[in-house]
Amino acid sequence: MAGVAVSTTINGDAVEYLCQPDETLLEVLRDRLGLTGAKEGCGTGDCGACSVIVDGRLVCSCLVLGAEAEGRKVETIEGMAHGDQLHPLQQKFLEHAALQCGVCTPGFLIAAKDLLEKNPSPTEEEIRFGLAGNLCRCTGYDKIVRAVQDAANVMKGA
Amino acid sequence: MNFDPRFSGRKFASVGTRPIRPDGVDKVTGRARYGADFNMAGQLVGRILRSPHAHAVIKSIDTSKAEKLAGVKAVITAKDLPDLTDGDAAMHDILDNCMARKKALYDGHAVAAVAAIDARIARQALKLIEVEYEVLPHVTDVDEAAHHHAPLINDQVFTEGLEEKPAKPSNITKRTQFGHGDVHKGFAEADFVVERSFKTEQTHQGYIEPHACVASVNADGTADLWVCTQGHFVYRQHCAQLLGLEASKLRVTSSEIGGGFGGKTHVWAEPVALALSRKAGRPVKLVMTRDEVFRASGPTSATSIDVRIGARKDGTITAAEATLRYSCGPYAGSWAEIGAMTAFACYKLENVKTVGYEVLVNRPKTAAYRAPSAPMAAFAVESAVDELAKELGMDAVDFRIKNAAQEGTRASYGPVYGPIGIGPTLEAVKHHPHMKAPLKENQGRGMACGFWFNFGGQTCTDLNIGMDGSVSLAVGTVDVGGSRASLSLVAAEELGIDYSHVKAIVADTSSLGYNDMTDGSRGTFSSSMATISAARNAIKILRERAAQTWDIPVEDVHWEKGHAIAKGEKYGNLSPLSLKEIAAASGKTGGPIAGHSELVADGAGVSFATHICDVEVDPETGSTRVIRYTVVQDAGKAVHPTYVEGQYQGGAAQGIGWALNEEYIYGKDGRLQNAGFLDYRIPVCSDLPMIDTQILEIPNPNHPYGVRGVGETSIVPPLAAIANAVSNAVGVRMTHIPMSPPRILAALDAEREG
Repeated sequence: MAGVAVSTTINGDAVEYLCQPDETLLEVLRDRLGLTGAKEGCGTGDCGACSVIVDGRLVCSCLVLGAEAEGRKVETIEGMAHGDQLHPLQQKFLEHAALQCGVCTPGFLIAAKDLLEKNPSPTEEEIRFGLAGNLCRCTGYDKIVRAVQDAANVMKGA
Repeated sequence: MNFDPRFSGRKFASVGTRPIRPDGVDKVTGRARYGADFNMAGQLVGRILRSPHAHAVIKSIDTSKAEKLAGVKAVITAKDLPDLTDGDAAMHDILDNCMARKKALYDGHAVAAVAAIDARIARQALKLIEVEYEVLPHVTDVDEAAHHHAPLINDQVFTEGLEEKPAKPSNITKRTQFGHGDVHKGFAEADFVVERSFKTEQTHQGYIEPHACVASVNADGTADLWVCTQGHFVYRQHCAQLLGLEASKLRVTSSEIGGGFGGKTHVWAEPVALALSRKAGRPVKLVMTRDEVFRASGPTSATSIDVRIGARKDGTITAAEATLRYSCGPYAGSWAEIGAMTAFACYKLENVKTVGYEVLVNRPKTAAYRAPSAPMAAFAVESAVDELAKELGMDAVDFRIKNAAQEGTRASYGPVYGPIGIGPTLEAVKHHPHMKAPLKENQGRGMACGFWFNFGGQTCTDLNIGMDGSVSLAVGTVDVGGSRASLSLVAAEELGIDYSHVKAIVADTSSLGYNDMTDGSRGTFSSSMATISAARNAIKILRERAAQTWDIPVEDVHWEKGHAIAKGEKYGNLSPLSLKEIAAASGKTGGPIAGHSELVADGAGVSFATHICDVEVDPETGSTRVIRYTVVQDAGKAVHPTYVEGQYQGGAAQGIGWALNEEYIYGKDGRLQNAGFLDYRIPVCSDLPMIDTQILEIPNPNHPYGVRGVGETSIVPPLAAIANAVSNAVGVRMTHIPMSPPRILAALDAEREG
């Protein structure tokens, strides 16, 4: 099968790769580019563990083809911190222990970042519905919601 | 080793604080490596072919076409995993479950596997494998399977535990019984008796990370396995035995684990990946799809439980009895036995009897799920307890307080309790503000209690002190939710240094002695005990080095707040030596300083919780929403309280999903119909309220700091607490979990029709 040549931007860096026409963006990120922060929890868009942002839109990278990234800007968990300066959401997830096993955490952080960029002052209900596409089996979501609330306050003050 | 594990009241400097976990930054930046995040040079992709039938004889398997496909490097069947189990029936079941030998016993049972250069070729190869099946009658329901005319899953099974060996084989593998006193006499003394039957459906642990491993078998008989597991030492033993390897030549590294909850305590794909690698001569990565996780890993039992409880007018329970039938999948288990042990463990009973029946069904092999078997038994018992309180006209909490087990009570499953937390959790609930929160129309409040044994077991740790005075702690219990933070706190506490100077890791099987797996809420309990022991061994050496430096007897050197101190007026001119100073000189005073510990952590303190739940039920749709939830649980001593709260909240959330929505749905063809997160819906963020927690600390006398396991008990009360809340909201006793909208509507309709 002939590969598709793709030129895209990932976390601000120009990236080129060849992928198969039926290969998902998640497979490209993980298997071709070594960006394993996005996880495959289901492969059917139900769990959100593979969440990334493509041109400002939150997507499940398991439901996007690698070829579709052509000419777009992709943001993954690997680009969320600036050097050793964690994003306020990352810092608040740590402080609130908003993770136990941590496998859903990259997806939650990306989804929460997208949420706060669109709604800097969400209510608890808006956070809960904003993150309803991401499954967590460990925490019961309580500490995740609190971490997002706290991060929103910090980011507003910044 | 003269390690004294007994509790000693002490003031803590580190334990009980809430620092950031040592593995935290890796986990928020995407750097932490889970099962599927590891790769090896030349690695192949493994895939497994699974039976589409619930019960079928495998007449033949033709792999020749798959083997000829370009890019396929190995195809295996059961023939490539010869039986080396040497009469060990439990291991033979594991082997047969990894790869069906004569019969496929459930929809999803592995029958063959391939390794190919990429996933596409591997998938194509699976389609080229030709399996000829003779389909047999199947049974998936626990009550139907227990019936004498049900299709037999294994004709070599004759029920154990009966007075006489039965003449005919059966799907009931074992009967067990627990209790004391005389229940006939007890029921005769009762003024009120409640008798009810309950059912619960099969659920899955629902960890977000599918099973994943990379296996590499070398030509010289050595092998490596990278895998997400709750117990890499146990995986090594099982895989080595099934593959005919020496355990020491198989090095197993536990990856970060993306949830387990008991579901990653058993090997499924790992022996297959090793067999593929052995045949292909290359590393093989094998990752289950979500569909495979549901169909072919280990969900919990479906159950059917009858409960009968009698009490006098004054509220004293005179007798309690339960019969519990638990599905095991197609292989023998002890799930009903555990249910029968836990059922009445919260209460002080003169006359109690529980009987468990293990039932084979054509479903995946049952695995542990967080306090395995206890939530279903608690659902049945705590529902009946609520009904009895109503008949007596007593408050549900007061009735439980009157009958709660205490220190000195003989437990329904045998032992006599030490200091326990059931009474204190009930008293805390009685006075909790949640009990006074106003309820509106269609809302109801319920509460329930839960018990779990907690495990201890074999445990090793190594504590190495670097020349700069920092401490490396290597533990062998997999960290499923923050235990590296807790164990670092314990090492810091014992050594008298700051938490920031301790770094804990989970060591691989070649770097540390054997450890039992992280199950039974034992991770922090057992490894903290071993860490304390290792630290005390290191302190002994630190004192010796200081004594040597000062040229005084070691008996005169004490260890306080991270320093060696010479005790006695004659040493007034000796200033204390810090751990850092002693470590810096270690090269000249006798070499590296370390403390090791190998022990069996006995005396895991039993754990109790009481939960309160408010729900709102929509009478039009039968949909239920949890609007308020409170967990009160005894932790013994909360080492890292934030992670203790996390365990309480997580267990409650899983229980809420189990109570209201989650279930395996099988078609008449015996195939699983909802093998995905869309149709097997676990709670999402918008389904739940905040989950309030209250940590009680009734010290475990068998742990130096009083620690008890905390991970599992939190899933025991929710099924019952929510069932009681729903029943109070709608005025109908709910007896079938999950209380999905159709079941609630059916119960309401039945009530209206009388």
